[in-house]
Amino acid sequence: MADTKAPSASAPTPVKAPDSKTLKSVLLNRARELALLPALLLLVVIGAFVNDSFLTERTLVSILASSAALAMVVLAEALVLIIGKIDLSLESVVGIAPAVGALLVLPVATSGWGTEWPAALALLAILVVGGAIGAFNGLLVVKLKLNAFIVSLAMLIVLRGLLVGSTKGKTLFDMPDAFFSLATTTFLRIPMSVWLAAISFGIAGLVLRYHRIGRSLYAIGGNTEAARAAGIRVDRVVFGVYVVAGVLAAVGGIMTTGYVGAISANQGNNMIFTVMAAAVIGGISLDGGKGTMFGALTGVLLLGVVQTLLQLAQVPSFWIQAIYGGIILIALMIARVTTGRAQD
Amino acid sequence: MSAATATPLVEATGIVKRYGPTVALQDGRLTVLPGESHALVGRNGAGKSTLVTVLTGLQAPDAGTVRFDGEPAPPLGDRAAWRSKVACVYQRPTVVPELTVAENLFLNRQPDSRRGFFSWRRLHTEATAVLDTWDVHVDPGARTADLKVEDRQMVEIARALSQGARFIILDEPTAQLDNREIERLFERMRALQESGVTFLFISHHLQEVYEVCQAVTVLRDARWITTAPVAELPRAALVEAMAGEAVAERQAAAAEAVVEQDGVDAPVVLDVRDLTSDTYRDVALTVRRGEVVGLAGSSGSGKIALAETFAGLHTPTSGTALLDGTPLPFGDVRATLKAGVGCVPRDRHGQGLVFGMTIGDNATMSVLDRLGRYGLVGTARKRGVATELIERLDIHAEGPDQPVSDLSGGNAQKVVMARALASDPRLLVLINPTAGVDVKSKESLLSRVDSAREDGTAVLVVSDELDDLRRCDRVLVLFHGRVVAEHRAGWHDHELIASIEGVDHG
Repeated sequence: MADTKAPSASAPTPVKAPDSKTLKSVLLNRARELALLPALLLLVVIGAFVNDSFLTERTLVSILASSAALAMVVLAEALVLIIGKIDLSLESVVGIAPAVGALLVLPVATSGWGTEWPAALALLAILVVGGAIGAFNGLLVVKLKLNAFIVSLAMLIVLRGLLVGSTKGKTLFDMPDAFFSLATTTFLRIPMSVWLAAISFGIAGLVLRYHRIGRSLYAIGGNTEAARAAGIRVDRVVFGVYVVAGVLAAVGGIMTTGYVGAISANQGNNMIFTVMAAAVIGGISLDGGKGTMFGALTGVLLLGVVQTLLQLAQVPSFWIQAIYGGIILIALMIARVTTGRAQD
Repeated sequence: MSAATATPLVEATGIVKRYGPTVALQDGRLTVLPGESHALVGRNGAGKSTLVTVLTGLQAPDAGTVRFDGEPAPPLGDRAAWRSKVACVYQRPTVVPELTVAENLFLNRQPDSRRGFFSWRRLHTEATAVLDTWDVHVDPGARTADLKVEDRQMVEIARALSQGARFIILDEPTAQLDNREIERLFERMRALQESGVTFLFISHHLQEVYEVCQAVTVLRDARWITTAPVAELPRAALVEAMAGEAVAERQAAAAEAVVEQDGVDAPVVLDVRDLTSDTYRDVALTVRRGEVVGLAGSSGSGKIALAETFAGLHTPTSGTALLDGTPLPFGDVRATLKAGVGCVPRDRHGQGLVFGMTIGDNATMSVLDRLGRYGLVGTARKRGVATELIERLDIHAEGPDQPVSDLSGGNAQKVVMARALASDPRLLVLINPTAGVDVKSKESLLSRVDSAREDGTAVLVVSDELDDLRRCDRVLVLFHGRVVAEHRAGWHDHELIASIEGVDHG
């Protein structure tokens, strides 16, 4: 009885799913992630009018270069948001992970710990620090079942404090060139950091779309119980995502270090607001289970373009923040209206 | 097949399950023969859900054994083995709403994956094949959240079958369906049964048990009471087995009591004219003081939208509704509440209750402004009001400070009713007031309707359940948004059902 096959009575009928219908539903599903493209184009057109130097290679490359670090952290946050959690401490990882690497290579004379590790080992240590912080967050969330928001908020403060404490508030510089090479070396005239961010987004996008584990992220964020019932090891995946996010944020930290040329005690400070804005504008749901890498990337680019535009338009620097915030709000409203679905 | 000699597909004996001091199941027994549809009935709290968690391997029993096809059940950790034996379709969906049907069918076991990477085309082909095999007409590319409840249930059943399970537990599958959808579900169940699928069917609706099941097991007070072929257990005996007392007689008496009601010349409380919206058209109706008017219709008839209109949850496009001569403020819940409308909303999980809050908070939520001035709420007064409501509605609870999430379905629904009554409304709108509620709580909820009527409240009852409508002085039937029939109390079931299904008129 247990191996009873299909009902013989009901002969398989061909599914009647007209192509137009599937096309429509595909477009509808994609609407959210494509929603920002018109806005992005519009901004580029405006930029071209506002300032002649906007549509030049130099400006465009600088937009990309300045967005690379943000992109890595948005990628990290997007993964965490898709599983229905949150990690606010990523902004502190951007600061403390490269700082630990720098402290490991620097001699005592330049405020280092004097261990003077080789640069390659120190860079590896940066990634390990990021991963370890992610693992710690993951443990608190998965094993102790603490609320992700409050845990990562506490970690944000703790890590920032550790950074300030261990550097005594001083800015670290004079690191080996390897610390800056992501931002300084170029390939096809584009910085390596941009390539790395692009490749990371590409891989994450592929895995999220075509890999079993990638799909399990959506399942966990969409309905944890259903995911568990389908045999997904929810705790393990959540933990893994936190670790990966920590590593990605550490890479973002290296990029920032290279872009700035030094590590100040407030590197990454307040970055999380921009990160969340880019992710949500890009269609990543704060409730989990929704959003794509492409969407998140358009969110990053939109903010990068706006930032550059404001500078080129010579907006007084005192007003940039207010306008920037206003544009984020408008972008959210446009995204809401164009997709017709409630923002959640 | 000769049922007497066949090895039971599922056999659970002497199941005991305790949660702390509460005994959820004292003596759970169940024997399901292959190929039958077996009903599991019992009041809320009788131990049905506990038995299901044991049967699906989600929890180990404290004592007792479960056997599948004569073999002992797999160890608790071996989820794959459990999934290949038994699956449960719960009232709450166990699918991921944002993913497509195809993905949900093959969640975490996508076909033909190389190192975890899989082909979407292959996934869709396989999904289409599964849906075709079990004759489920759902687009595999559709977003699961967009599916109708019945389609979602069929997808869950197909998923279980494709994993090899031939024993499917349906936990109150009809609770959210209308009559036609229920009929379709039953057709599908019968077809699947013919191809060798065995069902355990859990429902509060006894007529469904007789319609679709061959055997029935009754649980009461955490114990097994009886198992019998449905043919050998008449309805009254089944109700008695469930309730442990003769509830059936009181039900009949209640129906009698309604028939002789005067009040035809009582003043009109609710006067509705030409009310039109996207789901109903040109509705005219009146409800008098102390009158109970029922509203029946299939799920697409617009009856719920119409009732929600009076509670301020839905805005009509034209027409008027006067409450005691003053126009009802449409689309404004607060204002309608103030105007004297109390409402039991459609779904206590979605709209009725805040599950994390206490009984007291939930019951008094809409009358807080009466409990103190300037928005400040007097704790003592709130407790007092809540305690009184708990008593009035016979809610079985420790007190007003117990969280609503602890309560059984019946008692939770009483809290919703308590809130509707808390504001002493002139018009009471009840939408599916007894959905998912056991026989005894149902009685108690409906008797509140009677006392509200005696107090002179006008009551509008929207329901799919004939038992709810039997108490009404009149039942109006909506069909495709229009009022097509009116039945005075004392109607026969088949008359009303014919109007609901649109059989007795064009």
